[in-house]
Amino acid sequence: MSSQMNNESSGANALRDNAGVAEVLGRTYSAGFITDIEMTGLPPGLDEETVRQISAIKGEPVWMTEWRLDAFRHWLTMPKPDWAKLNIDPIDYQAISYYAAPKAGPKSLDEVDPALLETYEKLGIPLHERAALAGVAVDAVFDSVSVGTTFRKQLAEAGVLFCSMSEAIREYPELVRKYLGSVVPTGDNFFAALNSAVFSDGSFVFIPKGVRCPMELSTYFRINAQNTGQFERTLIVAEEGSHVSYLEGCTAPKRDENQLHAAVVELVALEGAQIKYSTVQNWYPGDENGVGGIYNFVTKRGDCRGDDSKISWTQVETGSAITWKYPSVVLRGDRSVGEFHSVALTHHHQQADTGTKMIHLGRHTKSKIVSKGISAGRSSNSYRGLVKMEKGAEGARNHTQCDSLLIGKQCGAHTFPYMEVKNPSAIVEHEATTSKISDEQMFYCRARGISEEDAVSMIVDGFCKQVFRELPMEFAVEAKKLLEVSLEGAVG
Amino acid sequence: MTMLKIENLHARVEGREILKGLSLTVNAGEVHAIMGPNGAGKSTLGNVLSGRDGYEVTEGTVSYNGVDLLTLAPEARAAAGVFLAFQYPVEIPGVNNTYFLRAALNAQRKVRGEKELDSMQFLKLVREKLKVMQISDELLHRAVNEGFSGGEKKRNEIFQMAVLEPQLAILDETDSGLDIDALKQVAQGVNTLRSPHRAFLMITHYQRLLDYVVPDFVHVLADGRIVESGDKSLALKLEEHGYADIGAGAAA
Repeated sequence: MSSQMNNESSGANALRDNAGVAEVLGRTYSAGFITDIEMTGLPPGLDEETVRQISAIKGEPVWMTEWRLDAFRHWLTMPKPDWAKLNIDPIDYQAISYYAAPKAGPKSLDEVDPALLETYEKLGIPLHERAALAGVAVDAVFDSVSVGTTFRKQLAEAGVLFCSMSEAIREYPELVRKYLGSVVPTGDNFFAALNSAVFSDGSFVFIPKGVRCPMELSTYFRINAQNTGQFERTLIVAEEGSHVSYLEGCTAPKRDENQLHAAVVELVALEGAQIKYSTVQNWYPGDENGVGGIYNFVTKRGDCRGDDSKISWTQVETGSAITWKYPSVVLRGDRSVGEFHSVALTHHHQQADTGTKMIHLGRHTKSKIVSKGISAGRSSNSYRGLVKMEKGAEGARNHTQCDSLLIGKQCGAHTFPYMEVKNPSAIVEHEATTSKISDEQMFYCRARGISEEDAVSMIVDGFCKQVFRELPMEFAVEAKKLLEVSLEGAVG
Repeated sequence: MTMLKIENLHARVEGREILKGLSLTVNAGEVHAIMGPNGAGKSTLGNVLSGRDGYEVTEGTVSYNGVDLLTLAPEARAAAGVFLAFQYPVEIPGVNNTYFLRAALNAQRKVRGEKELDSMQFLKLVREKLKVMQISDELLHRAVNEGFSGGEKKRNEIFQMAVLEPQLAILDETDSGLDIDALKQVAQGVNTLRSPHRAFLMITHYQRLLDYVVPDFVHVLADGRIVESGDKSLALKLEEHGYADIGAGAAA
């Protein structure tokens, strides 16, 4: 089943008089600075030797190198996916550098290059003790390596492991070996296979049985070096009855070339465990003519492996030139719950094909999908979602709500909901709406003294409320600001 | 003191001339009722004064406190103290009513060079106004006009007016669609806000609102012009005889 809505004929008068808007349209991407720092890395190119080199630099054990090589060999046999509603220029995988790192390898936070710390400061990430106030433990990934994880000690006291993936492979090989690739197998899809072969770092989180993680965990990803791809790998394992809330944020400098970001995130929730995963993604979206920007091709999947477990994805996506991303939940355990709350905003020439998959295997499993798509400029914003009720999903339920908001006349919003129901007792509900910011709403706000730009952000904010409510407080504020900046000049 | 001076105002909507030489003077402290048949241009007058897109002024002037009102953007007019109570208040889903009103008030204050109110100060102001206006605070917790009944929407407009404290309040058929209790409540709100520093322009089709808000002047608008002016008795006359025998060629 597929439905489609287009906005070619929308009559937003607000855009009629858009002299001067062009100027504002060239809004500044505030995270677009480049950090001048001594880098080391591999030259562009990809073959088995590259994979071995990455593994060697990381000092990985043989099993890990073999795991990567298996993935690489599989990747060579896979066709590029082209089913999404995206126009992607061919990517030259040999022109990308698969490993880049600040030259002075950091051993602890104190040894981190000050220029790097300054970068994180500019981005507003509390890497130092200031983080204590915010109560957020941060792992920051700069290009390919993790540069420091705060709050290690406090977390260790609670028994929580939070470190870079490289470190986890060295320090906790048995845990990594047990869970890595168990949710997203190496050959799952083209980009996941590529990631499995060349991933350079990422975050590892392990919450032991019965532990409620004492603080929000957070990772900030940043692509700095030119012509590099970022392939991080995140693995979160929540043992029986444990709880964790994890946040990730992403930025990149402005560059004219497209940069590739192909991450894999795997979540495992055992019996009664809860994982809440929030993303605020602000990769460089390219300029107003569609030049440059990040290709964000990400595989995110959670496995509710145990009964009564819960995984929820919340995402606010305003960046990237092209987004291809479907955070999913496999509801394996009985009575397990999967949630997906998403705001995806596209402007200028951005393209997004994003949504979720809820795979119901267990009995009385429940899933909820709330997707809010906002399109402005000449962008294209598609929701693609799959709800699958397998034979054993007795009494399973899904509710999907897909709302699209259109700003201007040249953007498009599309909804592609797929449903497969193999158990007659399962219930699947789908609601979809498409609306525009009306002239009446704009005038009403302005007649009360609110400027046009503020009115747009207010209306958009109202539209997104349901999703923002799911974000941790400080992220909700950031998300709201991000939308405001992203929408500057969207209505004139 | 003259607050609003409209002279020979001509305005078009979608190429059609609706106002055809309207003149009107309003002083601070006065309540003017603008009455007239459907299609006479009553709502057009309100929209032109508040600056809605699509209303093209082709001739004439509007001076508000000595300023050329027509050159100001709608939000600048609001900051200058012009308020339009909408005939059809607009829903803004997901935007909290209190949040909206605070954003509006602070935006206006900022333009006027006044200090913005923090949430505590604002809440205090809102509580006072609710009390004076005898409005339940239940409206505050909902999204702007979302799911409001017709009466609630109109009361919300009056409540916004109370908080924003405009100098010139234009009420566009605020009485339409109200039952008698709601009408009384709206009228009571308006009466509370009457002051020597504030003027009202009440656009209405029926005279029943004027039973509760007694105007200083009543004007009959027909075919884009004020064709007759008088005191409250004019409204009663209209009630009795209708618009048919008033003015030349009124579009009754």
